[in-house]
Formats: sequence, C-alpha cells, structure tokens
Amino acid sequence: MKIVSAKKILAGNDKIAQANRELFDKEGIFVLNLLGSPGAGKTSLLEALLPRLGKSLPVAVIEGDLATSQDAERVAALEVPVVQVNTEGACHLDAAMVASAAEALDLPRGGILFIENVGNLVCPAGFKLGEHLRLVVLSVTEGDDKVAKYPPMFRKTQAVALNKVDLAGALDFDEAKVEADLKRLLPGGRLFRVSARTGAGVEELESWLREERACRFGNASG
Amino acid sequence: MHEASITEALLEAAVEEMERAGAGKILCLEVTVGSLSGVNVEALRFAFEMLSPGTPAQGAELRIVETRASCSCRACGEESPVDDPFSPCPACGSLDVEVRGGEELFLSSLEVDEGPEDQGPRRRE
Repeated sequence: MKIVSAKKILAGNDKIAQANRELFDKEGIFVLNLLGSPGAGKTSLLEALLPRLGKSLPVAVIEGDLATSQDAERVAALEVPVVQVNTEGACHLDAAMVASAAEALDLPRGGILFIENVGNLVCPAGFKLGEHLRLVVLSVTEGDDKVAKYPPMFRKTQAVALNKVDLAGALDFDEAKVEADLKRLLPGGRLFRVSARTGAGVEELESWLREERACRFGNASG
Repeated sequence: MHEASITEALLEAAVEEMERAGAGKILCLEVTVGSLSGVNVEALRFAFEMLSPGTPAQGAELRIVETRASCSCRACGEESPVDDPFSPCPACGSLDVEVRGGEELFLSSLEVDEGPEDQGPRRRE
C-alpha cells in the first residue's frame, strides 16, 4: 500500500518551536537565536551587549555547547540569569532542548532572551527554536568567502554581525564581497560591523535589538 | 552531521504514517530534499542505514528525490532551475535575479505492507 504523505520531516521540531514561541510571546520576551562558527565571538558579543541592555531590560541567556559550562560561567559573571545546555555531541540546539532550558531559567519577562546556539555554520540552520529573529556572528578571521560557502545559514537569518573588525587591517578580508554576497542571499538583511573586544559598533547592534523588541512588545516597562 | 537528527525525525514521521494506515512494516520511503536545504544526501543515506535497524523501516528502500531552487530573472523574465543560490540567470546571464525555494525537506510518500490478514479492514486516511 502506498501512502502519500507530504509531511515536513522537521514538523515535530517545528511544533515544539511554535509552543516555545507562544510561551515567549505570552511572557513578552523577545528571543534571539545567536548563530555562528566556533570562535566567531558569539559569547564575547554577548558579554559586550548584556551589560548595556541589562541597564533597562531584563535579559537572560541559554547557552548551547557540546560540553562544558564555560560560556555559562562567563555570562553568570555578568550577573545575568543563564542556563547551560550540553548537547553531548549533537551539532545544534533543537526546540525541545530550548523548552527544557526555558523551564529551568528565570525568564526575562518583558525583556530579551538570547539563545547562543552550538558553534556551527551548517547544522543549526534548519532547526527553529521559537526565536523571533536570528543573528549570525561572522568574524573577519574566518575569511570573506563564508557567506557564499554556507548559504543555508545566511539565507535563514535576518541579520549578520561582522565581528573582530578591529583586526580587518591585518587580514586580506574583502568586506565588499561579504556585503555583495549577503545582498544577494538576504535582500533587506542587516549587516553590523562590530568588535566585541573594542566595543566598536556594539551600540548600533544594541539599538537594533531594542527597536526589534519594541516593535513587537512595545516600550520597556521600566 | 545533523542528518542523524533529521533521520530520527524522518523515522518518527514515517512510523506515525504507517500506524495511521494500520500497517506494521515500511517497505519504501520517498523523501524530497531541496538542493539548498543544507542536507547532504549521502549523509542522510548513511544515517538511515545506521538508524533504521530495529524500527519498522528496517530494510526499507530509501528513495531520495532532489529538487532544485528556482531562479527568477528580473531582466528577461525567465524562470530557471538552479543549484547555486548565487547563480546568474541561466537564460541571459543577468545578476538581477531572485533565487527561491530549494529548501524542501519532507517525506513525500511511503509504501507499507498490508499487515496480517486476520486484522480485518484497515483504517485509511
């Protein structure tokens, strides 16, 4: 007997992601899925952003890594609520992992929740977590060909933070190429030039996050 | 190797469909994979070989239908299939194009056995 199905393979994950999203919407939490290669500077960028955002908004972080709680410790040092998820070998976070992490977390009602995905430019692209937006961190040390070489990741994000721009002078990094590739893959996507180390460009990224949050949930409560 | 998670999800979806049809074994699965879905077809086959034993899909044939993205050209108006999201228009070479689709990832159909005959008529969708 033949059964015609047309069922999306990741429908199970999508369903849990949808439930996560409903929870976040109900609690007025703006959620960002932070993606990028290992070493792109995702955690460093959080360390630059969290103290600024935390002045007027509740913030919290879910950290995804194969092993260790090193990233969570870095975030906890900023006195920001954090839950570490260890995927024990899995190359990406999925919606169910985020659902259990959210249960364990002191949720930042009316604020922003960052989900730092496992460092990987391939696998996390297909797995929705319940986020409102995605931000891919791409560092200049990775090379200017990465947007072209990893299209699924860059097609599915809304913004890219080009990190470590303070090092660009020491490298043959063609920023125009990244810009042109992004323009074709992601028309209307935002590109931020930042350095988590020097703080350059972090203010623009912070403003964008505040605007994106406010346009969904209104102005901060206090 | 996210193909392992995808294969687990595929097996789950297929077993659900099989049970809904009142069958006990999956003989063949047809999966549609877009060229820009980020799924490697060889890795998917490998993961299926590793993960299907012990499930009702053990020994089943995995058929993979690969679909392509569509490049729609603003210059000449042609719509052409492409595999590269950066492809210029294959018809006129213009870069003023929009590449859409190619992200398909679904279980298109499956063949299941009719189950033991003594179970009477089976519920079908």
